[in-house]
Amino acid sequence: MRPEMMKQVEELRGVNAVKVKEAKEKGQKVVGTYCIFSPHEIAMAAGAIPVTLCGTKEEPIAVAEEKLPRNLCPLIKSSYGFAVTDTCPYFYFSDVLLAETTCDGKKKMYELMGEIKPMHVMNLPQQSEGKENLEYWKNEMMKFKGFLEDSFETKITEDKLKAAIKLGNRERKVMKDLHELNRVKPAPLSGKDMMMAQWLKGFNVDKEAGISIIEDLIDETQGMVDRGESPFTKDTPRILLTGVPIGAGSEKVLDILEESGASVVALENCTGYKGLDRMIDEDQEPITAIAEKYLSTPCSCMTPNNGRIDLLQRLAKDYQVDGVVDLTWQACHTYNIESYNVGKFVKEELNLPFTQIETDYSDSDRGQIKVRVEAFLEQIQG
Amino acid sequence: MLTIGIDIGSVATKAVMMENGKKIITKHITPTGWSPKESGERVYREVLEKNGLEKSRVNKVIGTGYGRIALDFADKIVTEITCHGKGAHFLHPNTETIIDIGGQDSKVIRINKEGQVLDFLMNDKCAAGTGKFLEVMSNALEVDISQLSALADRKNGRKINSMCTVFAESEVISLMAEGAGKGEIARGLLESTANKVMVLGGRIGLVGEVFFSGGVSKIPLLRAIMDEKMNNPLIHSQDSQYIGAIGAAIVGAKKR
Ligand code: SF4
Ligand code: SF4
Repeated sequence: MRPEMMKQVEELRGVNAVKVKEAKEKGQKVVGTYCIFSPHEIAMAAGAIPVTLCGTKEEPIAVAEEKLPRNLCPLIKSSYGFAVTDTCPYFYFSDVLLAETTCDGKKKMYELMGEIKPMHVMNLPQQSEGKENLEYWKNEMMKFKGFLEDSFETKITEDKLKAAIKLGNRERKVMKDLHELNRVKPAPLSGKDMMMAQWLKGFNVDKEAGISIIEDLIDETQGMVDRGESPFTKDTPRILLTGVPIGAGSEKVLDILEESGASVVALENCTGYKGLDRMIDEDQEPITAIAEKYLSTPCSCMTPNNGRIDLLQRLAKDYQVDGVVDLTWQACHTYNIESYNVGKFVKEELNLPFTQIETDYSDSDRGQIKVRVEAFLEQIQG
Repeated sequence: MLTIGIDIGSVATKAVMMENGKKIITKHITPTGWSPKESGERVYREVLEKNGLEKSRVNKVIGTGYGRIALDFADKIVTEITCHGKGAHFLHPNTETIIDIGGQDSKVIRINKEGQVLDFLMNDKCAAGTGKFLEVMSNALEVDISQLSALADRKNGRKINSMCTVFAESEVISLMAEGAGKGEIARGLLESTANKVMVLGGRIGLVGEVFFSGGVSKIPLLRAIMDEKMNNPLIHSQDSQYIGAIGAAIVGAKKR
């Protein structure tokens, strides 16, 4: 049982690649980004289109390894690989790139990527709490704003920022509503469809069109809920997936979970719910409000990262989960180290089964992961 | 109620027939060879023949182990993690932790008083700390893995630093070239394996009574080295290689 609207959602990828081309031809500017710390609203206020760039597929990794170490997170290698091989349409159409000093791997890779296209790097503080960090991050917002104003010869006014915040919040709200549909037991949407819909929002060139498609998807899915329809049963183990971002091409573990009989009901990662939890305060001075929202992102690059524990606790309860799976990419120090405390919290405080799966984008370990996932589901089912 | 558990491992295929999941009727073992499907069918047939039984007398057949998918005649397929838990619990009801070092992987499993899995960890990405590691190293020492324990020095081991099987092999070869005794090297290899497993175990905690299973648990000196590192001695059973099959037979006897 799958909503008809999912077909339209899936088509968004192709549709958006065409739309970005058309927009470019009309003279619109494109800002390419990689991470949910990127303040899309500032790019929108500059009249540009912010897009998330490709980095979830295995194919370009081999080429990336000509310059990058093999022993590096696949997300970083894939992102760089897409850029050097020029195989990501959104990268191709980007006028400028926006990057942040998140993890060490990304930040050093950006030095190489910056040689390909003009890049602005925002210096992200390593701590999200404390006034001085917010002030610092606000200043980074101002610098990025200045960078766009210079690059695109435009003026980013307060009104434009406010309008962008409103639109950004509307998109966030509808994606959040979609995610929350899976609070219902059994969940109406498979984790795979949910991931796809959430991941594709990053490519939404035309935000209004994207919002309206998701609204239709929500209506249809709500209808399924009302009629008690679901691809799962009330006994299907409900899994909260946390950890690193995933998208089309890097959804191996999510696939294995659902092939093995689980329902992935919540995606805590940054391609899922992480960025939707908090809206931008529309009543505040816009730059402060934007800075506050983005700085509160509970990513493992932050120390401490208590926000993630808090978010996991809420999601576990709200989505009635039966187990937590922490997905970490090979050579990702921040998530791999944090997994220890996440696991401890889940097992000891939430009293839920927990497992960590460390892997990369390749299919070589599918068999081994399957054994672990099946054993984990057997553990849950007793 | 009669149930048969079949555990197709990378080296050997084991079958156990049980009555009501409480009493072992027959144990049987055969090399897996190149075809897990064929060895699974053979072991099944042989258990039936041994007891002069028709297929129809058996209520459930449960498959487990790495070749479990090949058992298309099984009523149910269950992972070796769950089966090991139940099997170790059956052989030694006070078991709280299981260390299993097989040919291809090593795992640590924590179970509750009913034999249900509470937590587990697997090392399956590389050969370090598995039977494969010791097999390759035995080859480098020009002995069979079964002789490793007898060959090893009782007291002193040469430290093997490489965790990676490929690098460790060249390390062993250079140690021999330097004139190190095979006995010291053999002990060093067993110590290195024990260390690796202890680290894996430390990640989820080697709690309570620890049951040691898997092909590698048959090496006496390795057990002695592990015992020294642990607070209480490891539990070992003659039947430890059957725990997967026993567990599978128990799963088959469970209602639902
Ligand atoms: S995990 Fe953190 S650093 Fe990586 S993309 Fe997501 S928010 Fe950015
Ligand atoms: S997954 Fe980890 S290593 Fe990879 S980009 Fe994100 S934080 Fe960096």
